[in-house]
Amino acid sequence: MIRVLRAAAVLLFVSSPVLAEKVTDFTLPNGLQVVVIEDHRAPVVVHMVWYRVGAADEPPGRSGIAHFLEHLMFKGTDDVPPGKFSEIVQAQGGNDNAFTSWDYTAYFQRVAADRLDLVMKLEADRMRDLRLLENDVTTERAVILEERTTRTDSDPAALFAEQTQAAQYLNHPYGIPIIGWRHEIEQLDRDDALAFYSRYYAPNNAVLVVAGDVKPDEVKRLAELHYGPLAPTEGLPPRNRPSEPPQLAERRLTMADPRVAQPYVARSYLAPERNSGAQEKAAALTLLAELLGGSGTTSVLARKLTFDTKTALFASADYDGDTLDVGTFGLIVAPAPGVSLEQAEAAMDAAVDQFLKDGVDPKALDRIKAQIRAQQIYANDNTSGLANRYGAALANGLTIADVQAWPEVLQAVTAEEVMAAAHEVLDRRTAVTGYLDTAEEQGQ
Amino acid sequence: MTFMKWAAVALILAVLPARAEIAIQNVTSPGGITAWLVEDHEIPFTALEIRFRGGTSLDLPGSRGAVNLMAATLEEGAGPLDAQGFAEARDGLAARYRFFAGQDSVGISARFLTENRDEAIDLLRSAMIEPRFDEDAVERVRGQILAGLASDAQDPANLAMRRFSEMAYAGHPYGSDGDGTPDSVAALTRDDVLDAHRATMTRDRMYVAAVGDISAAELGPLLDHLLGDLPALGRQMPSVAGWHLDGGVTVVDYPSPQSVILFGQEGMRQDDPDFFAAFILNEVLGGGRFSARLMTELREKRGLTYGVSTFLAPMDYAQAYMGQMATANATVADSIALIRQEWQRLATEGITAEELAATKTYMTGSYPLRFDGNGEIADILVGMQMDGFPIDYPATRNAKVEAVTLDDVKRVAARLLVPEKLHFVVAGQPEGVASTE
Repeated sequence: MIRVLRAAAVLLFVSSPVLAEKVTDFTLPNGLQVVVIEDHRAPVVVHMVWYRVGAADEPPGRSGIAHFLEHLMFKGTDDVPPGKFSEIVQAQGGNDNAFTSWDYTAYFQRVAADRLDLVMKLEADRMRDLRLLENDVTTERAVILEERTTRTDSDPAALFAEQTQAAQYLNHPYGIPIIGWRHEIEQLDRDDALAFYSRYYAPNNAVLVVAGDVKPDEVKRLAELHYGPLAPTEGLPPRNRPSEPPQLAERRLTMADPRVAQPYVARSYLAPERNSGAQEKAAALTLLAELLGGSGTTSVLARKLTFDTKTALFASADYDGDTLDVGTFGLIVAPAPGVSLEQAEAAMDAAVDQFLKDGVDPKALDRIKAQIRAQQIYANDNTSGLANRYGAALANGLTIADVQAWPEVLQAVTAEEVMAAAHEVLDRRTAVTGYLDTAEEQGQ
Repeated sequence: MTFMKWAAVALILAVLPARAEIAIQNVTSPGGITAWLVEDHEIPFTALEIRFRGGTSLDLPGSRGAVNLMAATLEEGAGPLDAQGFAEARDGLAARYRFFAGQDSVGISARFLTENRDEAIDLLRSAMIEPRFDEDAVERVRGQILAGLASDAQDPANLAMRRFSEMAYAGHPYGSDGDGTPDSVAALTRDDVLDAHRATMTRDRMYVAAVGDISAAELGPLLDHLLGDLPALGRQMPSVAGWHLDGGVTVVDYPSPQSVILFGQEGMRQDDPDFFAAFILNEVLGGGRFSARLMTELREKRGLTYGVSTFLAPMDYAQAYMGQMATANATVADSIALIRQEWQRLATEGITAEELAATKTYMTGSYPLRFDGNGEIADILVGMQMDGFPIDYPATRNAKVEAVTLDDVKRVAARLLVPEKLHFVVAGQPEGVASTE
């Protein structure tokens, strides 16, 4: 098998680089940025509008308004009656939906390529002409409260993640949940939604991504026709959210819930985000996460905790730096039966300390780079995934050049850069350590 | 512009044909293994899907969970490689393998680059033909499965499904969790795992689909090498499960602000001549889109839930028509009443001409959109073979949808939907709702 491995490694590095996806971009006079990703293998197109606004842009006390508005965007315009938007798309065999993050809100349709004109017309229509009936707003607020109950309040792991995130950020609104705190959702109204909408939903605050069996010239013609006449919002300020002060003290929290079956310890550190023209540190942190906990079998944490000492059932590491502002680097360890959370945390810290002393295993780094390179090939099989990658990056202030350079930036990371990033980020003063534990059922 | 003009535009476009344009080849290897292949040489990798019919339903009495444990341990060492050596070899090749066990099949998904295809297939072959099932690997995976079972026992959706299955498929493997119980998994031995491997991954029950950068001439020998040394014959298939559940309500006590409601009755076989009519009926009732009747009544009009949906579940040895939603404990009774009401209304009235037309344009228009990517297509092709569909099915399927009439749906609604047989399992602490028995 060693022979096979060596042959494989040689093959991987002598091959010519894979052709990148074919991407064209332009900007309309009203400020709408447009990206076209061509994939002519199937007669399908994905049409997405990404607004450069998310939960972290909400006014104080109005948490959840970005996500609430996302729901209300399906409630009709001056031309399309409430609830008809999706019906029209689906009558074409298409599917549509939307999602909200801290940094962006995106709307998409996936349809046959010859139906692009229709979905573009619909999406352009609701960029400026939303009409909201009071009754629809009230009913939809009940829906998002049920959504919060389903996704968060019924799931101790989600509640725990929400508490951890709130403790991680002392000042930045990333500490506030995207869906909103329940007591604030309950107070959201039509005026909140419309104020947020009229300010932020505008061509000069949006990125249009069209991916699939389309030609850039045709996309341009349609975009000029449908989005071209829309008025920009004048005087949109730069996206300066409250920023983090120096974090000087480690935070720790413990949560127990009878619904928890598998306890775990989660450690989250503040970590620099990926920035335009300066992606190197984010690349090093991406590889650090892979090395520490990217594989359940061969990563540093898996080898030490799952295989050698059998302290953990599983262990993982994760870097989230695809954010506008400062991101996080996380570690999770689920202890094996009979191992306490304290012991699991101690073993996790010992493994990380040992890694900081030993440095990077060059073979492991090579394997991870080979996988990242192949990921580019596999990613080209998924047009929606490509559209998401470009849309999210551009909504977060990165450029097309940044997105296309990213694979090479990752390949260029050295072991020394990984270790420098590790020493910088793995600083307990910026960390939150949380225990999610089981609890006895309470008597009725 | 008015809405009428929008609708007119939509109507004109809807008559344009949208076809799934894929050329499926039926490949027979020199050794006699058949596979469906779609060549696409644009991206230098291949998606390979393999299924073995049977799955966890082939567990022997007393060793529930053996097939699942086997599938989960396939990747934990093979031939000369231990678990870490195998993972290193796989990652060095940048190949992706996934092994999984469902109640009707054991499945293998593989993605491999053209540039090291032979090595990637060699490695996959060793996992399939000569897995080690080392004691320490079995123990490690067993621990992970037990942790998963413990989590399932605290998951209201899982609790509801378990209780429903226990009642509906009593005495059949479908009635219990294919992952096993904590006790059954704890008792499994390495020999049970070896037995499960020999019994389920055999050539008499195998289905293969490949899509991507590979020719028919290359695929045949590859399949012989990869699969030719598997045993010819496997364990006898299970018997039909039957349906042992009557209408009513079962409450599974679970402390939570919200209840999960799982509901269902007996369904329809996939090879039933009326299956397409039933499929349309389901789309109208609760197919998951916002326009579905249940979604309109419960979410859009009343804000009772984030989502409610229904689905036909034709399995190899039983057929169910199921639905699921979650709602606050205080609104469970209202929600159940509304679902029953819609079930009854559809059973007696059928659907409208408008609903039929809109559902047809959605189903026929969305079908070609599924064939988007090598991985997606391979998955569809292997599923079609397991369902016994002909190789030209993608070209004929939309015509079958178009052929369904309003009367067909009405007839099927009256035959399929039996409101008094609808059973609700509620996991939560619903207010004013109690078990009927």
